[in-house]
Amino acid sequence: MTVPFYVPPEQLMKDRAEYARKGIARGKSIAAVEYADGILLLAENPSGTLHKIGEIYDRIAFAGVGKYSEFETLRVAGIRHADLKGYAYSRSDVTAKSLANAYSHALGRIFTQEVKPYEVGIMVAEVGDLPEDSLLFKVTYDGALTAEDDVAAIGGQEEQLAAHLRESFRPGAPLAEAIRWAIAAFEAASSRTIGPEEWEAAVVDRTLGRRAFRRLTAAEMAGS
Amino acid sequence: MSGDSARGLPWDPVVPAASFAALLRSQHLEPRWSLPAEAAGLEAPEGTTVLAFRYADGVLMAGDRRATAGNVIAHRSLQKVFPADGWSAVAISGTAGVALELIRLFQTELEHYEKLEGSRLSLEGKANHLAAMVRAHLPMAFQGLAVVPLFCGFDVASGRGRLYSFDVVGGRYEETDFAATGSGGQYAKSHLRNSFRDGLSEDEALRIAVEALVAAAEEDAATGGPDLQRGIYPNVVVISPQGYREMAQERVAAAARRAMGEAR
Repeated sequence: MTVPFYVPPEQLMKDRAEYARKGIARGKSIAAVEYADGILLLAENPSGTLHKIGEIYDRIAFAGVGKYSEFETLRVAGIRHADLKGYAYSRSDVTAKSLANAYSHALGRIFTQEVKPYEVGIMVAEVGDLPEDSLLFKVTYDGALTAEDDVAAIGGQEEQLAAHLRESFRPGAPLAEAIRWAIAAFEAASSRTIGPEEWEAAVVDRTLGRRAFRRLTAAEMAGS
Repeated sequence: MSGDSARGLPWDPVVPAASFAALLRSQHLEPRWSLPAEAAGLEAPEGTTVLAFRYADGVLMAGDRRATAGNVIAHRSLQKVFPADGWSAVAISGTAGVALELIRLFQTELEHYEKLEGSRLSLEGKANHLAAMVRAHLPMAFQGLAVVPLFCGFDVASGRGRLYSFDVVGGRYEETDFAATGSGGQYAKSHLRNSFRDGLSEDEALRIAVEALVAAAEEDAATGGPDLQRGIYPNVVVISPQGYREMAQERVAAAARRAMGEAR
């Protein structure tokens, strides 16, 4: 009988974390900024069809970075979770908090139990009736869940992006201004200019009625 | 939430990608009414006259507000016309409780598909799916709990409004101009047959819809006419290239007062 090599758990976790971080660092980032009527999600995404940002439920949006197939699985699972809950109980019982918890639980389990951790970072954004009721959650590849205020970023350049965003942020700004901050943060973090066709942008906006999610067009991005 | 709650998220890859009904089945959450073999004598509230027809911009759909259980008025202000999604509407006749659940499931199904796939089902796809849902209820129809919907919407592909009627076995029939169903449906239909013409304006369409419902209410005890004292008016919605829109209550009320005046 062969005795398997002993690998201390610290080492095992470190290796897995490093593997996941490397995968995420190769990809592009996503920023979230609160504005007067909701939350803006902005991603650098040259593909017009393979989305990184999506609608989960009435007031809840999803954004994922890293490996497309993996965050797409998470997006689908999130929509299923939300639709099942809303159908079984009521639409108002679907919350970003319970969804973020479910994501955290699932990613944590995958990180420790599966052969390979997911190389993803995700964000869940929920717009509230009032600006102070809006919620922004970040879940990392190992299932760590954090609640963010006002601005958040995920992906390879998340720290630089978040720092730039925090500098320019002030509460109650109109959407056009939030777009300008987010674009400036991306360009400062990557030291290059990015054309309007390369953005994927969406908002959850409390003025849009029941389904608050809306994608922004390239024309809107160019105009702001 | 039952099923695979240990993981918190229902992400079994075996579930067909975009169907909410299949997801419900996989989680054992689908609505079920298990009835005794002899369900006669069960008097569940039933809803009655709903209609839809084409007009210049798209389609209009309207329904009365009464639900009856035998000879009792069960509800006076039941809503029977609902948005199915942003560009289509569905109306119900038959057993109200079963029908309302069917609508909720249908609405969730369409939105679920739209979110997962990033695009809406075609209008015909929606009608076919609704037909399959009605067909699945056939055993209950034999026990007296029938549901017969009416479906209409704006077809973005062909640029016009289209409407579909159904029968109790899940047959789906596309109608060219107008359709009505429910116990007062025949009376509404004969009124529409006389009044309908191509290219009706929105105001004319509203007037004709309310008159047809008043005509049905005159003949059919299970159809409620506009209730001017209590301020209960028919539900009227239109679906145009701009999408689904509910007609403002004041406009419906004005049309109802006029129609009642003429009916008197």
